Amino acid sequence: MVEDLTKSFGERVAYKDVSFEVGYGEVFGFLGPNGAGKTTTVRTLSTLIKPTSGQATIAGITLGSDSDLLIRERIAIMPESPGLYSRLTVSENLECFAGLYELKDVKNRIDKVLKSVNLADRKNDLCGSLSKGLRQRVALARALLSDPEILFLDEPTSGLDPVATRDVHDLLMALRERGVTIFLTTHRLEEAEKLCHRVAILNTTLKLIGSPAELREQLFSRNLEIKTGSQIIEPERIFTDISGIQSWEQSVSGSYIVNVSDPDVVAPWIVRALVGAGIDVLAIGETRHSLEDVYLELINEDVEAKQR
Amino acid sequence: MNFSPTRIKAILRNELRDYRRNRFIVYTMSLLPLIFIAAPIAQLFTLNVAIIGSKFNNRIGVSLLDMLILPAIIPSILAAYSVIGEREQGTLEPILTTPIRAEEFLIAKALAVFIPTIVVSYFIFGIFLGAVAVFAHPIVAATIFERNHILTQLVFTPLISGWSIWTGIAISTYISDVRAAQQLTVLASLPPLVIVILMNFNIIAPSLSLALGLAVVLFLIDTMAWRFVTTLFNRERLITGKH
Ligand SMILES: Nc1ncnc2c1ncn2[C@@H]1O[C@H](COP(=O)(O)OP(=O)(O)O)[C@@H](O)[C@H]1O
Ligand SMILES: [Mg+2]
Repeated sequence: MVEDLTKSFGERVAYKDVSFEVGYGEVFGFLGPNGAGKTTTVRTLSTLIKPTSGQATIAGITLGSDSDLLIRERIAIMPESPGLYSRLTVSENLECFAGLYELKDVKNRIDKVLKSVNLADRKNDLCGSLSKGLRQRVALARALLSDPEILFLDEPTSGLDPVATRDVHDLLMALRERGVTIFLTTHRLEEAEKLCHRVAILNTTLKLIGSPAELREQLFSRNLEIKTGSQIIEPERIFTDISGIQSWEQSVSGSYIVNVSDPDVVAPWIVRALVGAGIDVLAIGETRHSLEDVYLELINEDVEAKQR
Repeated sequence: MNFSPTRIKAILRNELRDYRRNRFIVYTMSLLPLIFIAAPIAQLFTLNVAIIGSKFNNRIGVSLLDMLILPAIIPSILAAYSVIGEREQGTLEPILTTPIRAEEFLIAKALAVFIPTIVVSYFIFGIFLGAVAVFAHPIVAATIFERNHILTQLVFTPLISGWSIWTGIAISTYISDVRAAQQLTVLASLPPLVIVILMNFNIIAPSLSLALGLAVVLFLIDTMAWRFVTTLFNRERLITGKH
């Protein structure tokens, strides 16, 4: 749980008045463009840097110098760059961290996490010789080693090619199934949409929080696109008569875009009205907003605000 | 405060493995001692036993001093690397989110420098003594093998390296350029050498009790340096690299 958290570096504000709550077993996404303050937030919550003001409770423990150690015992972080010792092998890297968490039965644990990220056969490879995607998977294995109560992942797929990205996504989906609590940052919408139960959109301040579907609904009502056989003569009269239509416009291609509250209810009425007016309905369908629209809308508002 | 030997061991082993596979460090650690053993041995072999008194003692003093430069210099190379190297590889961030305490982290880092330094320094000093015993003029050998001289070397080697290690680590947590940190550390590690110079040149009478007294003082300074560096240790600065 985070309350009014703010961090500035001197004059520069990294993020401001950020408040949210993440539930047990939830995958929570922090979505924002570069420089939005995602990494700084992760570092604050993982006790690396101190907030300028505000409070946070992590794994049930209040953030503050006395309790930082207790928090660290319960969390693990996968930073933006994997941060592996390149001259050491995969298992040597993990061994070191097993020691830092004072884990028992180290060999078995290492074998287990490596298997869970499909790296069992690369155990004795030097980390420096691995591809970026594999290194990211080693870093994930390392973060899983101590069975953390909260897993912080800072842009887990940034800089990966599509195949490596999909591999990491599959691994994260598996963790989500297992009920691991994950705090994940990303600047990629489809990633947040695919992996997270809930998403917060951050651009220095928190813009919106909700499930991907909620975010879409919150910002936009839904649209129906209607293709007709001929021009509607008096569209005004037809559309304003139907309740549930908020606005309408004609697109360049000649079809009508109608803004509605509930397409399932309104669509049949529209069809009936048009047919009654002697107009052929060739097609009617919902045009979906992707989260991208939501996102860009929010970010753009900000850009405009800054230009003012 | 309960220290975790497991955590200290984890960092220490990690560090020693990393050094062993770092070509720059392996080369430096094997070439540097060669220079510092060649010079004093050459000096002693060319030493004319006919010259007497203080001059003779001075020459012996210089040779022995050379042996103590090693424990001052090796740490400045390794220690400067130890924090900055981590920062460059990005390993500091995950390490510092584990339950390790600053004290544990620093003592592990220091030990990782201390162990190779002592092994190399004592080893080189052994070779030096061997060479002196076999090849040097008996009068030279007899002077070198005086109890005080040998004791000075054995006691001051770890103490001087301790000083260098802590200044090196302190400097490298502040400066993010390895080269600059190394050079600064070399400079900063010289002061304790001055004491040894004074003793080796008989300016301070090198009595056993004086040597032990100084050793105790240096030991205290080393321990305080550990405490002091711990208070300097600041996760935020290390991670964000800002001062
Ligand atoms: N150590 C620092 N000193 C000063 N400003 C910083 C520092 N780290 C980050 N910032 C600033 O804080 C803002 C947020 O950065 P960051 O958290 O890295 O964003 P993100 O991870 O979302 O890309 C940026 O404007 C960045 O320039
Ligand atoms: Mg970032």
